[in-house]
Amino acid sequence: MISVLGCGVAGLCAATVLAEAGFAVEVIAPADAPPPVSHLAGGMLAPFCEGDGAPDLIVEKGRAAVDWWAAHVPGVERRGTLVLAPARDTVELDRFARATRGHDWAAPADLEPDLAGRFARGLFFADEAHMDPRAALGALRAALVDQGVVFHDGPPRGRVVDCRGLGAAGALGDLRAVRGEMLELDAPDVALTRVVRLLHPRFPCYIVPRGQGRYMVGATMVESARDGAITARAVMELLSAAYTVHPGFAEARLIATGAGLRPSFPDNIPAIRRLGDVIHVNGMYRHGFLMAPVLAMELVQILTQEMAHAD
Amino acid sequence: MFYGVDLNSRLMLGTAQYPSPQVLRDAITASGAEVITVSLRREGPEGAGFRDILRDSGCRILPNTAGCHSVREAVTTAHMARELFGTTWIKLEVIGHADTLQPDPFALVEAARILCVDGFEVFPYTTEDLIVGEKLIEAGCRVLMPWGAPIGSGQGLRHVEALRTMRAHFASVPLVVDAGIGAPSQAMLAMEMGFDAVLLNTAVARALDPVTMARAFGQAVAAGQAACQAGLMPRRDMAQASTPIFGMAELA
Repeated sequence: MISVLGCGVAGLCAATVLAEAGFAVEVIAPADAPPPVSHLAGGMLAPFCEGDGAPDLIVEKGRAAVDWWAAHVPGVERRGTLVLAPARDTVELDRFARATRGHDWAAPADLEPDLAGRFARGLFFADEAHMDPRAALGALRAALVDQGVVFHDGPPRGRVVDCRGLGAAGALGDLRAVRGEMLELDAPDVALTRVVRLLHPRFPCYIVPRGQGRYMVGATMVESARDGAITARAVMELLSAAYTVHPGFAEARLIATGAGLRPSFPDNIPAIRRLGDVIHVNGMYRHGFLMAPVLAMELVQILTQEMAHAD
Repeated sequence: MFYGVDLNSRLMLGTAQYPSPQVLRDAITASGAEVITVSLRREGPEGAGFRDILRDSGCRILPNTAGCHSVREAVTTAHMARELFGTTWIKLEVIGHADTLQPDPFALVEAARILCVDGFEVFPYTTEDLIVGEKLIEAGCRVLMPWGAPIGSGQGLRHVEALRTMRAHFASVPLVVDAGIGAPSQAMLAMEMGFDAVLLNTAVARALDPVTMARAFGQAVAAGQAACQAGLMPRRDMAQASTPIFGMAELA
């Protein structure tokens, strides 16, 4: 029996892949545990765009994520990512093109007619995708329950795989929080069908369509463990960035805001760590949906080898 | 000497915008920088996780008041910095314009006066204006940090003659060119001109390979400093033959 602690993206992916590999699995999520920060994620599956900043390992391993999610949950939109920059900052596009791969230059209005006349050029990452993270995690959980995997808040009955994010900070001394803030808009005047990223030297943002005229706009990156509500500064920055992409966002209704803390290791690379009998899957940083399936597969390999060794 | 501290490397590095703290740490090592600057305004006391990593670098920490737009904000942030880092050093930024991030010289002088009285050792981020510089000295600053160009612009030394004048005018004051440096050649030029140090962030943090770029800047700053000490030849108005032509055949 494997006892997965935590039901954010790391925990649910681990439980799913373990169950598929034939392990007996339970998931432990205390009733008083905070809601997973994965719920606030963009839900972008953007390995190539993350190549700006993230090491090549993330790009290479993350490429498997789109197929994995499409095979496990409904609602994976394989429509790519469109990257834009304000007219004054188009050098940022050239820099981004040099920092990443898997893209072509594109006329933004050809891809998103609603942007006609606003941006002369953009970068199109055709092989990227997006989904609604809450719906995706709900689907994983429902599938696990269907398979008989028990979710409970009692003591673990098996080998512990700790996927609690910052809840495990006591055991992982170099785990730190990177604060992220996001908001959701109901903008029926705006018709975007794929993830749009706006490059800006100080106020970058991404916009993820959630369907029915709703959009998620994210996300700040602050080296702080301060929790609590989104700051006015973050709202102003994110909204002005969204407004730069499309002025129709000015008429949107601001329907939700969120702030969460990304669990992050010093190299910002999600990792599996063994501490005594406990295996940790943590440090998802901003790569949770991209890297959790990959780490889950590596976890299964580790546990399978251990079992074989024990025999 | 910067408030009684001598530095081997005259490169000071900012710590924002790096891909990860690990890359930042590697870049600091590769650059040889002994002073790093860190912001607090947005992170607050809860930024301890990141600050611990900076402390572990072994560098002297120069906290800054980036993001402050008023005297009161800057003074409050400086006090918080002194508590959190246990240093009296403060890089004083009072931003006058949200887009260009140009310093507000009036608020800067006022904040500098308050902080110097409070016992801080102030590194004021200023322009190349001589009178503002004098007011800052009068307020108690023993270092001045004129901008090369607006923060993050990478335009280099935008007013190079004004910076030369400033160097000559404040001959005995340590001067650090802060902000706007985009390429190692620009940092080297500042050092060749006799500036005491260069402070930069974006050019390294946002390079495609920050660690290699950090090394390049470290080398450029060291080369510029050595060239200045060695005594640069004066620029001449026209090409001059350096060997006599006496006795040579006139073939024309």
